[in-house]
Amino acid sequence: MSLELNKTEQAVVDGLSSDYSEDLIEVYQSCEHTYIRVEANNIVDILTYLKKKHHFIFLCDIVGTDRYTSDERFELIYNIMNLRTQDRIFVKIRLEEENPVVKTATSVWKAAGWLEREAYDMFGIRFEGHPDHRRIFMPEDFEYFPLRKEFPLLGIPGSIELPNTTPDTE
Amino acid sequence: MKLKDINSKVDPKFFKEHQRGIYQSLEDKHTTVEDIDSEDPLNSKMILNMGPQHPATHGVLRLILQLRGELIEKTKIDIGYLHRGVEKIAENKTYQEFMPYTDRMDYLSPYSNNVALCLAVEKLADVEVPERAQYIRMICCELARISSHLLWLGTMVMDAGAISFFIWTFREREKIYDIFDEVAGHRFTVSHSRIGGVANDFTDDAVARIKEFVEKFPQELKDWHGLLDRNRIFIDRNKDVGIVETERALDLGATGPVLRAAGFGVDQRIVKPYLKYDEIDFEVPTRMEGDNLARYFVRMEEMAESIKIINQCFDKMPKGPIRANNAKQAYPSKDEVYYSMEGMIHDFMMTDTGICPPAGKEVYHAVESPKGELGYFIQSDGTGHPWRLKVNAPSFRNLQVLENILDGEMVADTVVIIGGLDPVLGEADK
Repeated sequence: MSLELNKTEQAVVDGLSSDYSEDLIEVYQSCEHTYIRVEANNIVDILTYLKKKHHFIFLCDIVGTDRYTSDERFELIYNIMNLRTQDRIFVKIRLEEENPVVKTATSVWKAAGWLEREAYDMFGIRFEGHPDHRRIFMPEDFEYFPLRKEFPLLGIPGSIELPNTTPDTE
Repeated sequence: MKLKDINSKVDPKFFKEHQRGIYQSLEDKHTTVEDIDSEDPLNSKMILNMGPQHPATHGVLRLILQLRGELIEKTKIDIGYLHRGVEKIAENKTYQEFMPYTDRMDYLSPYSNNVALCLAVEKLADVEVPERAQYIRMICCELARISSHLLWLGTMVMDAGAISFFIWTFREREKIYDIFDEVAGHRFTVSHSRIGGVANDFTDDAVARIKEFVEKFPQELKDWHGLLDRNRIFIDRNKDVGIVETERALDLGATGPVLRAAGFGVDQRIVKPYLKYDEIDFEVPTRMEGDNLARYFVRMEEMAESIKIINQCFDKMPKGPIRANNAKQAYPSKDEVYYSMEGMIHDFMMTDTGICPPAGKEVYHAVESPKGELGYFIQSDGTGHPWRLKVNAPSFRNLQVLENILDGEMVADTVVIIGGLDPVLGEADK
């Protein structure tokens, strides 16, 4: 399938394939947006490069997904925006099920702070060097990662300690 | 100057690890700032827990503030009290079944949420939506924007000290509720949009009501401007409070009116026009100051722009069908369901499996909801259920800004700043 890239996307793909040729895995398009998959170990450098050289100064979202495959199970998608040309690009990395760790992007955009905490809370992906590495929605006492595919829809009974609804009894 | 070892002084009853974690994280914030005198002879330091059940936090927002006298030294925000796991629910529902859950995300403007989901799914499954349906969606989205901004205006002015204002804005909101009652059959959680169109056309009564509202509302807006724009108390309370500079707003990922008040005019209706916004003439109000007053002006002007958009929509709205006429993509009309066998089968199939976008496709579609950029990211695996659905919630991102701008403000200003940022916890907590 041939790619229909606009000027910004073409510049990004060209730039990445010359400066980070070992890290670039694939480029594909889906529903008008361009997705770029890169190696996970160099992600912070690549994001910094995109921010500095290609003006992707705005981080919109970090999406974690569970592919439920035996290798490279988790996926992180950085949704970043170039505010000069108003173009979006999606940078993807894949992580192994055993010990999914990636360097934090908080040094590139502060906005990554909560978004990474959300990915940690829902999938258990850890972010190395994160300044406030806690869960964001679920309480810290909760042991599971609810958006992983093996977590049941109805939850696990007893996994959350609930307040006593009849205050008079202990 | 910092409190040492907060954890030894508190004794949490529930979620012990969680509470310990949040106090520890408060203690650790800005640890690079060296304390000059670690003693506190006047005993003016305290940790204040605000929320989750606090009337001024607009929902179940919990703030943990470390105060020195009346000054906030540092803040941590604890969210998740309204976490219902809608993203997990979405993976077990068909696309249409999931729509009522979106109503309950940003519950102040349900229509924008419905449309955001529909547009994402339509883009994913390549559904063509009739023009009339698009105009109906636009009109209702703008009404939802006005309704959401009205609630913000009422509560924000009430937070700043004027109670009666709340009643006036709610009188106008009530009219919008009545309009939605007539249009969709529900006042609050409308679920009127459908994948491939909308549920039903405007009735004549609905059109008359919207037109009447649109005609009378600008006068109300003018009156409110007259009351607030030069009001000394209001300005003193809001000017230079909760400042977010442009650079900082971009770095922290602010969105919607917060970002526009900080001097950067990003609006998804302009950036990537969806529906028919490219055929409509409107402006994106922007301010440079980045304080609470700037956010007030931005939202007030947005309401006026919304009225302009609705008027233009009525001028341009064609007659025609309101839902895609394709049984594989959208629900058949009720007439077909009741009077033909095929219609009945199609209706059953739509409810049972729903629309099945091609496997392996991914989509991100963002709309400009009243709170900011509301995006849906969907991965399809070829079945009627999404493999992964992620909501990019504007309130979530604006709350992250709140955690960073509260440091150094006065404690009395917190409620005004929260009111000015206008977060909705239903959306932030997912």
